[in-house]
Amino acid sequence: MIWIVKNLWLIPALPLLAAGIIAVNKQPARKLAAGLAIGSMALGFLLSLCAFAATLGQHGEGAFRETFSFNWIQFGGQWMSIGWVLDPLTAIMLVMVTFVGMLIFIFSVGYMAHDKNFMRFFNFLALFASGMLGVVIANNLLLLFVSWEIVGLTSYLLIGFWYHKASAAAAAKKAFITTRIGDLGLLLGMVWLYAQTGTLNFYTPEHTGCLEASALAGMVSKTIFGGMMVSTAIGLLIFLGAVGKSGQVPLHVWLPDAMEGPTPVSALIHAATMVAAGVFLVARVYPLMAAGAAPVEHGAPITTALTVVTWVGAITAIFAASIAVAQNDIKRILAYSTVSQLGYMMMGLGVGGVAVGMFHLITHAFFKALLFLGSGSVIHGCHEEQDVRKMGGLKKYMPITFVVYAIGMLALAGFPLFFSGFWSKDEILHHASLWSVSKIPFYLGCTGALFTAFYMTRQMGLVFFGSYRGHEKSAHGHSSHSSESHSHDPHESPAVMTVPLIILAGFAILLGVIGTPAWPWFDAYLNGELAELQIKFSNLAESAGLMGASALIVLTGITVGWMLYGKRQRKTAAEKDVLEAAQPAIFKLLENKYFIDEIYEATVIRFNAFAAWLCDFADKWVFGGAVLLVKYFTIGSSWLYRLTDENVVNGGFDAACGSIRGSGGILSKLHSGRVQTYLRIIGVALVALIIFLIWGRKA
Amino acid sequence: MLAWTIYITFFGVLVLMLLPRDNARAARIVALLTAIAGCVVALVGAIQQTNPGEVTTIVKADWIPAIGANYYLAADGISLVLVVLTGLAAVSGILFSWNIEKRTKEFFAFYLVLIGGVYGVFLSFDLLLLFVFYELTIIPKYFLIARWGSTRKEYGAMKLALYSFVGSHLVLIGLIAAWVVAKGQLGHASLDLIELSKVHFSAGFQHWVFPLVFVGFAILAGMWPFHTWAPTGHVAAPTAGSMLLAGVVMKLGAYGCLRVAMLMFPEGVREWQWAIAALAVGGIVYGAGVALVQKDFKFVIGYSSVSHMGFVLLGLATLNTIGLDGAVLQMFSHGIIAGLLFAVVGRMVYDRTHTRDFNDLETMQLGKVIPFAGVTFVIAGIASMGLPGFSGFIAELQVLMGAWQVFPKMTILAGVGILVGVAYTLRAMQKAFYSDAPPKPVDHDHPMEPITVAERFGAVMLISASLVIGLFPNLLMNWIEPCFKSPLFARLLSGGAQ
Repeated sequence: MIWIVKNLWLIPALPLLAAGIIAVNKQPARKLAAGLAIGSMALGFLLSLCAFAATLGQHGEGAFRETFSFNWIQFGGQWMSIGWVLDPLTAIMLVMVTFVGMLIFIFSVGYMAHDKNFMRFFNFLALFASGMLGVVIANNLLLLFVSWEIVGLTSYLLIGFWYHKASAAAAAKKAFITTRIGDLGLLLGMVWLYAQTGTLNFYTPEHTGCLEASALAGMVSKTIFGGMMVSTAIGLLIFLGAVGKSGQVPLHVWLPDAMEGPTPVSALIHAATMVAAGVFLVARVYPLMAAGAAPVEHGAPITTALTVVTWVGAITAIFAASIAVAQNDIKRILAYSTVSQLGYMMMGLGVGGVAVGMFHLITHAFFKALLFLGSGSVIHGCHEEQDVRKMGGLKKYMPITFVVYAIGMLALAGFPLFFSGFWSKDEILHHASLWSVSKIPFYLGCTGALFTAFYMTRQMGLVFFGSYRGHEKSAHGHSSHSSESHSHDPHESPAVMTVPLIILAGFAILLGVIGTPAWPWFDAYLNGELAELQIKFSNLAESAGLMGASALIVLTGITVGWMLYGKRQRKTAAEKDVLEAAQPAIFKLLENKYFIDEIYEATVIRFNAFAAWLCDFADKWVFGGAVLLVKYFTIGSSWLYRLTDENVVNGGFDAACGSIRGSGGILSKLHSGRVQTYLRIIGVALVALIIFLIWGRKA
Repeated sequence: MLAWTIYITFFGVLVLMLLPRDNARAARIVALLTAIAGCVVALVGAIQQTNPGEVTTIVKADWIPAIGANYYLAADGISLVLVVLTGLAAVSGILFSWNIEKRTKEFFAFYLVLIGGVYGVFLSFDLLLLFVFYELTIIPKYFLIARWGSTRKEYGAMKLALYSFVGSHLVLIGLIAAWVVAKGQLGHASLDLIELSKVHFSAGFQHWVFPLVFVGFAILAGMWPFHTWAPTGHVAAPTAGSMLLAGVVMKLGAYGCLRVAMLMFPEGVREWQWAIAALAVGGIVYGAGVALVQKDFKFVIGYSSVSHMGFVLLGLATLNTIGLDGAVLQMFSHGIIAGLLFAVVGRMVYDRTHTRDFNDLETMQLGKVIPFAGVTFVIAGIASMGLPGFSGFIAELQVLMGAWQVFPKMTILAGVGILVGVAYTLRAMQKAFYSDAPPKPVDHDHPMEPITVAERFGAVMLISASLVIGLFPNLLMNWIEPCFKSPLFARLLSGGAQ
């Protein structure tokens, strides 16, 4: 076994250790906290590179895969072992998470510089990183679930980091509860999987893992109601966990609200890594999702589970993209864009297989982290302003941020040829167009791509072009504070924030290279094949048509966006949006996110509140009432007894009692009503009893 | 050696009684030393027991030969887990009652009598002895609540005492019936639990005696719909009282269900298995639902106990090893976590603010004023929600795994209960400690007393216990697991007759 497989646990353990040290450190030691967190990620990144190197150059007989397990707990008559696995999927995620994480940590040093809870922030960030890396390396659904919950918890803590803001506290609660609904599915899926296969290890050296042929065959052969295969049912339950975590419809509602957290958190957790964990989970249990299908020549096998994944992904992609068109908060636009892109990834997994979905996950992680950090730089520069209507003209004030943001935007929009997002999205659309079940996801995906290009151009136009509209709010006090007015101008962020942006921008461009149709290295790497440079005319011709089409879509979106928001700039922040002026009803629907929150408020939440109220009512009046009834019955009958006693029985008895009363006085001293006397008697009697029992019997 | 947990505790009562009345400090120290000694003996004794799968006799002597009663103390792995829990709960409860000034001596005396009784129940393998210890715990419970409690304390104390007595009388009737039948079969009177667990009671007999005994015990375990004593009792009780009620007294009930009712009447269990599971799941969902709308902080925790004890009962109802493993582990886990939650609410918050109403607490900025309490509650809340890393997760997971094999639909419902559990915990956490409500001006003349060393010790002790078991569950599973493989439980688990 290679040393790196055995020591893979170090990668999540390092940030955990850092979090622990920060937590026990009482003194304010900002440099130490940041240094430890960043250092642990840097070391983790180096180790991840070693792990990555180990998985390279393995081709011929499938992908590289080594596992390490140990016994953790004994229950139900057998040992549960947990452990980790190193395969291309793990390795690529490790490299991505540690690298992006490290950059975002560095960025946070600048972004959070003035926050008085700096230490707590890095503590939670490091803890998050540990959980996330745990999810990535886990070779066991239980360990994965454990890490998954740590990730969810830290997400809750970080969304609510500024808990004194009511909206942040509410958002944190909403995020936690909504994702827990998904987690319940995952938990039940796990319980069922264990009941079926007797193991939760994904892969074992003896090929007895729950994702390996023999276990899968067992689950495929059993069916439940409606003829559904058990493997499908379990796969769908696990997918529910992914739906919650990755913000898929209908559990997407928490993700946009999660933007209440500090921006680096949005970048790391709610864009690059955690929300992608759901996609990763589906990729990890892919053999289960694909179990029982006939082998197909290319793309993904057709199974019920994967069909559901595709549809959920496609609907989410178009749904969230359309909402993003009508949002005004810079981070919320990006949040809906994230939801939409996660939908693309799910769709990619469903129609094209692991490599397709994962490729988009990796490229998205870089350019979306870039966009979020860029938006953080914008917000920072505009003095905590998040409304795009109050920005404008920032190109002049923040040149570096402008350039990198433009790169991120073009990558996300899928601008042809030079940006990674184009290649990864094209892969998904390419496979969707070949999907044999239905062509609708393909059309949904294309429309979503159009929207994406449009809303990103809209955002660019509003934020960076035209003239700065941020002074308006303080306009009335302008004359008296004219000396301060200069400091209200937006300013470029410090180097500690811009350098990570530049690095991410580089990757947002370059990463496309590893997954072009001409050199599909990524696909080959995940499948353990050798990637060859295949510049064959037939290959190119096949993909050129679609590529041209998708390029056309993107260019249309960008052009329309530019016409409406770039060339024609809004004059004031209060002015109506052009779309709103043209189509007020549709715009309102989109602006209010299709009223999903309100629908949930009116149905699920109200039902829940009613059920809880009903239980409370029952407790107070039904069960409490029964107790009261017994009580009054007892009291009533006692009164009756007493009356009988005094009038009937006592009449004759009193006389006899007179003589006894004298002797009773002695006994009544014992009944003094004084607790300590009772206790003393109990104590002495017990000790006497014990002494009698222990020694008395021997004599 | 384990028997000394009982003797030491009662010896502590004796010493306390001999102390001068107004020396509160001495009383506290004596009580703490006694509890620590008991806890250490419990731990050492448990570790020394080489074979936790077998019932190891500690002492067995004739007591009342005419009815077959023995003074019979013994322990197997399940007893070990619960004895250790009692030790931990006893020590932490004293740490959280360090500020009791009113009749300190008597308070701790009652407290220790209760602890001694609990140790006794967990170690008794003679039915009469077990029953005596079981009853012995009711009296101090009543006085602790009625004298040192708050909020309708007489009502709470009386309700608790009456429920307990009703429960134990059901048990008594059932056991007398069983004793008579067993005497006929064995040819001699016996109250030896192990001997009785080998007697074959007829199916018709088990059909009505089992529910009698089981419900009798389960009342004390807070089984829905006989749970209403629990929230009112917990709320009325002083901090240490609610810690012990939730921590160990509810476990007495669950222990009785397993050790007496289920062991003696295996066919009865199988017949009523569905009913028990339904009531357990009812309790899980219902308790969580009620907890969600409470206005009193302590009621939230009180109802959460009902919900969590539902998992113990659900685990018992599975009748498979993994479910029973989970049930016993959940007893331990809930004992620790509920104790901690009550400590935060009762001692750290109520004793300082004199209110438990969320509307008042929201204006107090407790997260900033007493941050230690806030952090402790967050950690305890996380543990209580069943998040991994803490003991509750691994216990509830096992219960769910066991339950899935027998009643998958009910397992899903139980899962919904977990979900509501998240909701009420977060709600309480944010309302009590991290609220955004406009703060009330701070009264600078009467600043809040800072968190004391005793409280810190107690909190750290309980958190570590839950964390250690969450990370290394095998420490306890090594004791629990072999029990269910032993011949004693074979009849219950095998599924066959005989």
